[in-house]
Amino acid sequence: MADFPRRGSWIVALLSVAAVPAVLAQGSAVDEIAKYRAALQDGNPAELWTARGEDLWKQKRGPKQVSLEQCDLGLGAGVVKGAYTRLPRYFADADRVMDLETRLVWCMVAQQGYTDADAKKSPFGSGNARKSDIEALVAYITSESRGIPMNVSLAHPKEAAMYRIGEKMFYFRGGPHDFGCVTCHGDDGKRIRLQDLPNLTKLEGAQKAYTTWPAYRVSQGELRTFQWRLYDCFRQQRFPELVFGSDASIALTLFLARNANGAAFDAPAIKR
Amino acid sequence: MNAARNALMVALALLPLGCAIAPSNDEIAAQSTAMLKASFKATGQAGLDRLNQDDTQRVCSELPPGKAPVREVAEKIEKMNLATIRYPADGKLLGDWKNGEKIAQEGRGKQFSDDVAGPVGANCYACHQLAPQELSFGTIGPSLYQFAKLRGYGADTQRYAYGKIFNADAFAACSMMPRFGHNSILTEQQIKDVTALLMDPQSPVNK
Repeated sequence: MADFPRRGSWIVALLSVAAVPAVLAQGSAVDEIAKYRAALQDGNPAELWTARGEDLWKQKRGPKQVSLEQCDLGLGAGVVKGAYTRLPRYFADADRVMDLETRLVWCMVAQQGYTDADAKKSPFGSGNARKSDIEALVAYITSESRGIPMNVSLAHPKEAAMYRIGEKMFYFRGGPHDFGCVTCHGDDGKRIRLQDLPNLTKLEGAQKAYTTWPAYRVSQGELRTFQWRLYDCFRQQRFPELVFGSDASIALTLFLARNANGAAFDAPAIKR
Repeated sequence: MNAARNALMVALALLPLGCAIAPSNDEIAAQSTAMLKASFKATGQAGLDRLNQDDTQRVCSELPPGKAPVREVAEKIEKMNLATIRYPADGKLLGDWKNGEKIAQEGRGKQFSDDVAGPVGANCYACHQLAPQELSFGTIGPSLYQFAKLRGYGADTQRYAYGKIFNADAFAACSMMPRFGHNSILTEQQIKDVTALLMDPQSPVNK
């Protein structure tokens, strides 16, 4: 919400060239935004993160100087292809349901010898001054799932429980504004300002939204992960700060990922 | 009662060993609340107390998407919230619509990332159409264009508009709209200004 004015300004710029009635003008602005997105899709800067992530995955790094190719993302040590479509899932070695980001931190600590604090020190990047290894690794690993249908399991009792907890959290309304995820994502065809909102309580909306994260955010010049998406939604909900890799973040991710089952994964994407 | 209990005991006995019974809705709700509290940290002006729900939030969190509570529950919530509305002591409900427009445009306020001393807006345009000049409006709430032109400029409509901004749940249980006065998001003067944006005949909303 806080970044509306910025978006507003380029929408105004788009509109200023069109001397047409107001309602038509708004429709054409939305069309222009769609064209702009389509044009950007041809050359997605997310590729820069993907390339860096592949290097980070294969390099010998950390105090133990081993690569992440020993890391088991759920389909066996080093198997990246399709791994993201099965996450989050229960990992017996950690006795915990984990999403991709938490699993990467776990491997960096257990296998590469990083401290937990070091592994988590830069979950979200900020320009060249603070690049995020996690965002780059997520870009690479998710890119290896493009085209593969989402297939998240709830077979383990901890997965089944986390799904139901995530569902509860989706409907949890709180804070000074009484907002919950459902406030913006519980109905069809709604917008916040000019931004279309997916209805995450329906199959089509959940599939379209979940399969297009991570995404390169044009307005930020950064590749953003699903952890970031939840973090910034809660900020705008006026909640306290969501802890990176927290159980609540994993429960909500599992709820939304499972609801996207059957749809082909299509990220890293590009968004406004 | 006994027959039902016996049937339950038989059903339990037939469950294979190690097969856990799915937790009840209440158990999941308790686990969800505990997990939320362990998953956030207090930052800036947003403390962990923001995760403590009041009665209205708790009841409204149990609803399926787009559903209003059953009538008796809705009436209870509306009555409880109606009792919180404080009308201005001076009896004047309309402030300055020009300030109201600024408040309606302002999206900042109350986020952990916001400066405590900075502006706090109502961000009305995020969800509503108001003045027709602003094309960037959301559709989560109804269009409020020509609010008073359509409903009349009278004292009752003024009182409704002020009350609705102060506490939306007094008029529609489990409304999506924040309770701006009840939860101290806006000051009394700000609510007057936004009420004027809706009610003043000179406001662009009524043109």
